Amino acid sequence: MALRVPISWLRDFVDVPLAPQELAERLTLAGLEVESINAIGAQWDPQKIVVGHITAIAPHPDADRLCLCTVDYGAAAPLTVVTGAPNLTALLGRGLPATPLKAPFAMVGAELIDGHAADGRTLKLKAGNIRGVRSEGMVCSEKELGLSEDHEGILLLPPDAPTGMPLNEYLGDHVLEFDIKGGFAHLLCVHGVAREAAALLGTPLRSDVWRVGGQHGHTRSPTPPFMALEIADPQRCLRFTATLVQGVRIGPSPFWMQQRLVRAGMRPINAVVDVTNYVMLELGQPLHAFDFSSLRGEQGGGRPLIRVRCAHPGEGITTLDGVQRPLDEQMLLITDGGGAVGIAGIMGGLESEVTERTTDVLIECASFEFLSIRRTSQLLKLRTEAGDRFGKRLDPERCAAAGMRAAYLIHDICGGTVHPVQGDVYPRPLAPQAITLPLDFVHHLLGVPIPRTDVVRILEALEFRVEGEDPLRVTPPLHRLDIGIPADLVEEIGRIYGYDRMAPTLIEDALPNQRRNMRLDGTERVRDLLTGCGLDEIITYSMIALEDEARLHPERQAVAPEDYVALRNPLATERGHMRRRLLAGALGTARDNLRFLPRVRMFEVGRVFQPRAGAVLPDEPLRLCAVMAGLRQPASWHSGRDETPMDFFDIKGVAETLLDGLSLGAIEWRPGEQAAYHPGRCAQVSVGDTPLGAVGELHPRVAQAFGLGAHPVCALEFDLEALLVLWQDGHQMTPIFPHPPVYEDLAFIVDAALSAGDVQRLIAQTGRPLVTDVRLFDLYQDSRLGEGRKSLAFALTYQSLERTLTDQDVAKVRARIVKRLEHELHAQLRA
Amino acid sequence: MLEELSQLQQDGLRELQAMAGSAELPVWYRTYLGRKGRLTDVLRGLGKLSADERPEAGKRGNEVKQVLEEAFLRRQDEIREAELQASMHSGAVDVTLPGRPVAPGHLHLSIRTLRKIRAIFAEMGFQVYDSPEIDTDENNFELLNIPPYHPARDMWDTFWVNDQVVLRTHTSPGQIRCMREYHPQPIRVILPGKCYRYEQITPRSEHQFFQVEGLAVGHHIRLTDLIGTMSEFARKMYGAERRMRIRSSYFPFTEPSIEVDMDCILCRGAGCRVCKHTGWLEVAGAGMVHPVVLRNGGYDAEEWSGFAFGMGVERPAMLQHGIEDIRYFYNNDLRFLQQF
Ligand SMILES: [Zn+2]
Repeated sequence: MALRVPISWLRDFVDVPLAPQELAERLTLAGLEVESINAIGAQWDPQKIVVGHITAIAPHPDADRLCLCTVDYGAAAPLTVVTGAPNLTALLGRGLPATPLKAPFAMVGAELIDGHAADGRTLKLKAGNIRGVRSEGMVCSEKELGLSEDHEGILLLPPDAPTGMPLNEYLGDHVLEFDIKGGFAHLLCVHGVAREAAALLGTPLRSDVWRVGGQHGHTRSPTPPFMALEIADPQRCLRFTATLVQGVRIGPSPFWMQQRLVRAGMRPINAVVDVTNYVMLELGQPLHAFDFSSLRGEQGGGRPLIRVRCAHPGEGITTLDGVQRPLDEQMLLITDGGGAVGIAGIMGGLESEVTERTTDVLIECASFEFLSIRRTSQLLKLRTEAGDRFGKRLDPERCAAAGMRAAYLIHDICGGTVHPVQGDVYPRPLAPQAITLPLDFVHHLLGVPIPRTDVVRILEALEFRVEGEDPLRVTPPLHRLDIGIPADLVEEIGRIYGYDRMAPTLIEDALPNQRRNMRLDGTERVRDLLTGCGLDEIITYSMIALEDEARLHPERQAVAPEDYVALRNPLATERGHMRRRLLAGALGTARDNLRFLPRVRMFEVGRVFQPRAGAVLPDEPLRLCAVMAGLRQPASWHSGRDETPMDFFDIKGVAETLLDGLSLGAIEWRPGEQAAYHPGRCAQVSVGDTPLGAVGELHPRVAQAFGLGAHPVCALEFDLEALLVLWQDGHQMTPIFPHPPVYEDLAFIVDAALSAGDVQRLIAQTGRPLVTDVRLFDLYQDSRLGEGRKSLAFALTYQSLERTLTDQDVAKVRARIVKRLEHELHAQLRA
Repeated sequence: MLEELSQLQQDGLRELQAMAGSAELPVWYRTYLGRKGRLTDVLRGLGKLSADERPEAGKRGNEVKQVLEEAFLRRQDEIREAELQASMHSGAVDVTLPGRPVAPGHLHLSIRTLRKIRAIFAEMGFQVYDSPEIDTDENNFELLNIPPYHPARDMWDTFWVNDQVVLRTHTSPGQIRCMREYHPQPIRVILPGKCYRYEQITPRSEHQFFQVEGLAVGHHIRLTDLIGTMSEFARKMYGAERRMRIRSSYFPFTEPSIEVDMDCILCRGAGCRVCKHTGWLEVAGAGMVHPVVLRNGGYDAEEWSGFAFGMGVERPAMLQHGIEDIRYFYNNDLRFLQQF
């Protein structure tokens, strides 16, 4: 949560002997991350922009809308400036106010923001004649000083602003902008940050603001004389205090308070609202101010009543922002005798709002169970500063003190009297819980011995009570609801001591058993083999639309939604389900890339998701998918423009290289059918009984459905899990032949329906062991060969481990092969 | 016969001299010195000579043979040298022409980066542990000390499958799975993997990304071990000259929690846009495993301690390669992917 803390405000509670950047660095390292430092007034030249005292205002001789101001700025002689600021011209004829009129005064040569420009550009002030009167400087608006966008009138300073003091000395400041992570309600205020700073710097923390009630001799009672208080739901409302200030006159809040609020990021409204915001920023406790006279008693009459309860069925409320909000029965309300006056901890109601006419102000300062507040805030989609703070588990201890602090600020600004009794219903006060902390636990967890004196100093600076020698008995302050176990204390000690002071070590524990991760190794091998084949790896989105996978069917058969893992809150409907196949994503990627490139060759390794009946979690098997489409050859001057597209055999070549590289054993290629593929150009690949998947050209209609189709689209889908089970990474070397081989080509005329694979297999089988390689190098079909016949030419390699083969050796084997092929396949050897 | 031999020598030397290229060399040799060449021919007549004439003619024949042989070898060298010189001249190519294209494949940049990270941790004895991308709310949140509605949940925007099942928002649920599988053995693992967060896709955020989690559990694991391990990693990943900074932080599943920063690799700490003018870049979020999490994993928190860390994968890649838009990673524009 963002928090802005002006350093000038921080100084109310702690002396800061450091430059703002250094302080920011120390706080950041201790866990209060300062995202940026806003230097207010850094650009104000101390010689040229000072506090000015307007000692006289006179009409401009030639212009009704201008006036002449005589400004004393601490020099021997005052200067005259011409201005059209409405809040000064309005004084013409009425005379100056009783108290001195002070304003920022910029001398000639000062650099200011151009009040008439929207882009924040600056300009250098020159002396000039305005309608014939010489103007020797300027009184400034907030916008010209860069304080706000307000350019309606000039900024009026308090009457006691010292005339002639450089403005950056009087008004300059540094605002630390924090991003407070986690549920640390106690840090979300100026005093909370001051406590951290004090602990880090070793300087004392001033905490008088917490003791205002005691100083004025107030008492607390669950039954104050001025009203009835009731907590109907003590699970959700932990404490409720009500502080009454009577007889106030509400105007704007004072200059200093407005400046602080603005710097902390809040807009001044009126003195009472400003005080509640101010105390929230200062002490972290959200407050709400009611117009006391608007609060009704039981049945709308009698003594005012406040009851904290959950909403009734059908109940609603119009909040301060004017929105009518329906509520459910777990949402906590602040009600009076007549009904809801606010959503507890989040926002007040419109009807009981404090206005300029309010004379009696009731300050609510309460504490609520944080999860209940978060739930309500999330369901109503209503986020407020108060709700955010309560939602981070704010302790109930600070209620009474914060109420008193607010009451006396209102008293100081608006007059009136604070009722001597503060209403306070606190059914189950927090009890301090001591934690036992052995010093060697600190040592062991952090790795460095921190001296006991440092441990005690740090904890005490953070307001923990420390007793005992070793182990320590440590009692956290009641505002530290986040502290419960010794490790929590170690963190406090470590971060204030400074992690940067701890010398790094390496683990001294024995190394655990190292295990081989075959799945990972196999997957990585697949990646290497495929990139070696020239394929690029892609990673597509796991979330898809069902329609994407339906398009993998040539008839666009709808897929069954129950086969898919569906998301309850998808980013968009086209990402509503988890994929079951990688192919759709790869095809979309191919299409997108073919707009820019003549060819794509790519693969993805990833998980797909399959719901399992009766199981909470789906299966997440690993799949491999490759897609190749476009021109086979990259364009080059060597080969000219080769426009041949890739086809089935390009992807088969990749598949063969992959499977060979994994040494899976004998691979079987069978004509296969798979809806997404071209029925005549698809192979099912298996090893033994294990099917691995399909390789083929896409069905033209499927290609078209994905916006592909100018060329054949080749695809491969393998079950990587099956592949990884078969992969052993233990390929046994085959012997290297020491003698030169004999090469021979044999061509056979066979029945055209016979598959080349079968012929090749038979040759290899028959030629064993001397035939070590059989490779098809020509396929030829012609009517001269005879009807329904084709010619297959194979290159054979003959080798022996023992000796160089002779012509007779080869002739013998050849004869055996020819005979067997003639006999079994009716093949005919071509001359 | 002597005349014949002189004539033969003269002819031979002349033809040898007139020869244009090395292709003619064997022809010449066959003609003059071959088994059926002219010299053999002439010498065949020796038998017909008288015993007086024979020795001289024989001697002369040998001389001619030697002269021609020597001349041949000389001329052969000459011609070959000339031809070599000529070929070097005529065989020159325009070296500015492009080479024959080789089309290598490329690993995805995320995988390449993951490999680098994995290799560094492998050297320190961290092995890879896999866990599913879809997991229970219990593993992803509750057992990691993040109860329902807890403020800490704000740190993760979650995709829900149903009330109990989420797309993992971080790799941390793997910590629970790993501990439950390995206890009571010590652990040193990294858990790399894809994670999902409910975030609109913008130049700075993706709903799908990779993370690497690390977990060490042992009897004497210390925070300084964590700091040491992280420094070692950052220096190996980003350069030995890196400076580290350790900041206190908050994560529900570690206590104490820290954030590990290093000086910005772009501006070297001077402050730039990438490091938001702080001079520091975040390396990892980390901390000592929270006792509740240790217990949920099956380890007695009195006896065991551990550290855990988590880091993104895309971000380091973006820093190292000057990538300013995370959407390039999963758009799969090959013109991008082929650069790495
Ligand atoms: Zn930088």
